Amino acid sequence: MKLLFEKSVQGRKLGLLPVCDLPKVELDDCYVRNQAPRLPELSESDLSRHYSELERRTHGVNNGFYPLGSCTMKYNPAVNEQVARLAGFADIHPLQSADTVPGALEALRLAETMLAEVSGMDAVTLQPAAGAHGEFTGLLLIKKHHESRGDTGRNVILVPDSAHGTNPATAAMCGMRVAHIPSGADGCVDIGKLRAAVGADTAGIMLTNPNTLGIFEKDIAEILEIIHAAGALAYCDGANLNAIMGIARPGDMGFDCIHMNLHKTFSTPHGGGGPGVGAVACKAFLGEFLQDTRVKAFHGNFLVVIRALAYMLTLGADGLRAASETAVLNANYFKKLLAERYTVPHGENCLHEFVISMEKEAAQGVTALDIAKLLIDRGIHPPTIYFPLIVREALMVEPTETESRETLDEAARVFIEIYDAAMADPVLGKVAPQNAAIRRPDEVAAARSPVVRYTW
Amino acid sequence: MGNYLPSTDAQQREMLAALGLSEKEELFSSVPRALRAGALDMPNGKPEFEVLREMERLAAQNTVFPSVFRGAGAYRHYIPAIVKSVTSKESFVTAYTPYQAELSQGVLQSIFEYQTMICELTGLAAANASVYDGATAAAEAAALCRERGRTKTLLSAGAHPDVIAVVQTYCYASGHALELIPLRDGATDLDALAGMIDGTVSAVYMQQPNYFGLIEDCARAAQVAHAGGAKFIMGVNPIAAAILKSPGECGADIAVGEGQPLGMPLSFGGPYLGFMASTTALMRKLPGRIVGQTVDADGRCAFTLTLQAREQHIRREKAASNICSNQALCAMTAAVYLAAMGPQGLKEVAEQCMAKAHYLAERLDAIGFHRVHCGAFFHEFLTTCPGNVAVILKALEARGILGGLEIEGNILWCATEMNSKEEIDRLVEVLG
Repeated sequence: MKLLFEKSVQGRKLGLLPVCDLPKVELDDCYVRNQAPRLPELSESDLSRHYSELERRTHGVNNGFYPLGSCTMKYNPAVNEQVARLAGFADIHPLQSADTVPGALEALRLAETMLAEVSGMDAVTLQPAAGAHGEFTGLLLIKKHHESRGDTGRNVILVPDSAHGTNPATAAMCGMRVAHIPSGADGCVDIGKLRAAVGADTAGIMLTNPNTLGIFEKDIAEILEIIHAAGALAYCDGANLNAIMGIARPGDMGFDCIHMNLHKTFSTPHGGGGPGVGAVACKAFLGEFLQDTRVKAFHGNFLVVIRALAYMLTLGADGLRAASETAVLNANYFKKLLAERYTVPHGENCLHEFVISMEKEAAQGVTALDIAKLLIDRGIHPPTIYFPLIVREALMVEPTETESRETLDEAARVFIEIYDAAMADPVLGKVAPQNAAIRRPDEVAAARSPVVRYTW
Repeated sequence: MGNYLPSTDAQQREMLAALGLSEKEELFSSVPRALRAGALDMPNGKPEFEVLREMERLAAQNTVFPSVFRGAGAYRHYIPAIVKSVTSKESFVTAYTPYQAELSQGVLQSIFEYQTMICELTGLAAANASVYDGATAAAEAAALCRERGRTKTLLSAGAHPDVIAVVQTYCYASGHALELIPLRDGATDLDALAGMIDGTVSAVYMQQPNYFGLIEDCARAAQVAHAGGAKFIMGVNPIAAAILKSPGECGADIAVGEGQPLGMPLSFGGPYLGFMASTTALMRKLPGRIVGQTVDADGRCAFTLTLQAREQHIRREKAASNICSNQALCAMTAAVYLAAMGPQGLKEVAEQCMAKAHYLAERLDAIGFHRVHCGAFFHEFLTTCPGNVAVILKALEARGILGGLEIEGNILWCATEMNSKEEIDRLVEVLG
């Protein structure tokens, strides 16, 4: 398909602005740009058709099942989009005086209160724009806490080997060294190894609970006791909060702060990669550091918060709990259907997601990647692949609560069909997909000689 | 309770039965009893009708000013209808990060087109798929310039206060030094800069136009930075970039900026867009997603996320940044805006902004609001105020006008193509 630039016709344009009612101001030559930007010259209908075609080549949650583990691809309610378009939210300036925006401030306060309640924390900031940005904010609170006590020798963050890649990357951005804690055979934190790693230099731990295998850390209370006894603090990566809303609260478990991905758990859309909100909630003793930690201009991604607020009002206490219960039911039901063929190594107690291992099949020529590409041909977005790193040939599956039983039954049938077909003829997986907008892209060539912009 | 659960109670019972369970409660047997939460202390769910009324009530409490003369980092511009129509398309709205290229060619191509437009606007060779906002883009840019021995960032005091605060936060986090370059008559003091540069400085950041609307001499600043062995980062307003010397022409190594003026509504501050471009030499150090062009198994043109060896999911603690989610839909918004405007349209917006702002400055001057600085400006400028600023701004608000922003007893005014001559005359009449 052609690029916008290839469709450009010199002189073609839209009629958008009135003729200027004031004389043009001339700039000194020394300030003036020599080379004009080569933007495309198109008609409105050119644009409409171009982006309609691009939309056809994009798979969203609206297009079909999207069991992308760790990403909580739940349905994005239409009313959220409607409220985000209200002029009273969309057309207010971030630097208007407080008395002209009481509704916006109340909306922020309401969202903060509800997020504090769901997480079991006391104070909230809505500034962070994404989960990783929330992690950064949370670790800064921990850093400031230690410094405020003159406890300056703490520069190590403990991270389990099952953690999201953002955790160690965040620790590094905060000037911390990362110590990896191996998981035990059950997929949970190995308490013995944790005890051995904790010391006077430990600033804190970053933990996801349930973890990336979808398993609730059964020893969470003990883990956090060990951390606190050493004078360190505990950060909860809230990416998996969708499993436990109204069931268990990170604050009650003993975590000191957490980020919540409003674009996962609270139904705001992912927009092809963003914008999101990584709201950070913390215990009261960290609240003072929240005030003077600016990680983003203005009030954060306000319209994303508005969508999440509409969702929280819609579901309420009973609905949030029901969402988590159903997410866990759907994951367990789907896992049981897939278990007819697929191996789920740590599947016993999984909550909202589970991780398949294709290690055994890979030895016979069928990999996790093959299954992913075969699913594409059947209109199903593949699970997260090759993560978490502690499972070989991983397929991480998170169906979410907004999928119906029929969808799960049909998807399971497809998963099993392609499994059987690929095992009978491994070549099928290697040449898939056949029916998508493109076949497999040459990623090695793309990285070796990068072409990251159109050239004329 | 409102919810989005498609399974009926009967279906859920059947699904539980298939698992050998009778209650949903049993699904959570691995969660220790002692840690179980009671009912959440918040209202139960509501039907859509009531939620909509509640949200409309909150929205209605906020004043939407028909006439806006405030910018200071968030600018009201005309948003073509096609922008909202394209960016509301459901698949664009609801898709995740395009990990699976075969199902994501639409999003990937749109980002590739966006990257190209950002390269064109900044006059640089490579761009990423976006970061959170202009402030975090500045902080990320400062980070990527650091190298062994050179870790100190010099930041113009003429940058937006939130940019300064965010860069300070990021430097505090990583333990790197940051110093502010002082201003002279509102513009960055380049002689002072020359005196501050030494072998420990990794980068110099300047904003164009600066917080007070002044057009800075970025070409000279770049020379000073480079002479001292430091990189030069330019924070640019993307509308002004249509007519001002581009970062590439100024010799900048990196250009960043707040992309909000490119089709995003004011939205009380977000979601906005951090854009980021660099020279080829620095491309492999850029943070976040980058889309590259390649071919598929049949040799057809295809797009995919590329240079992922920089990123957190591969490199973990050695990654260039921790960024994962970005502002992709805002990047698409900017791309549609730029494509709708075209080269002539964007230039026209920039020229109209300048024409309106200069007329406003002239009229204000005549009634005692005198410019504080004397340098050339784009669409913002700082004036004195002959009366009590708070009283004057309130009086404007009562007439549906959002006046400039108070800065220490002065007022920072902004005009864009949205402000007609008639509207400016009315503002001046009210002030007079």
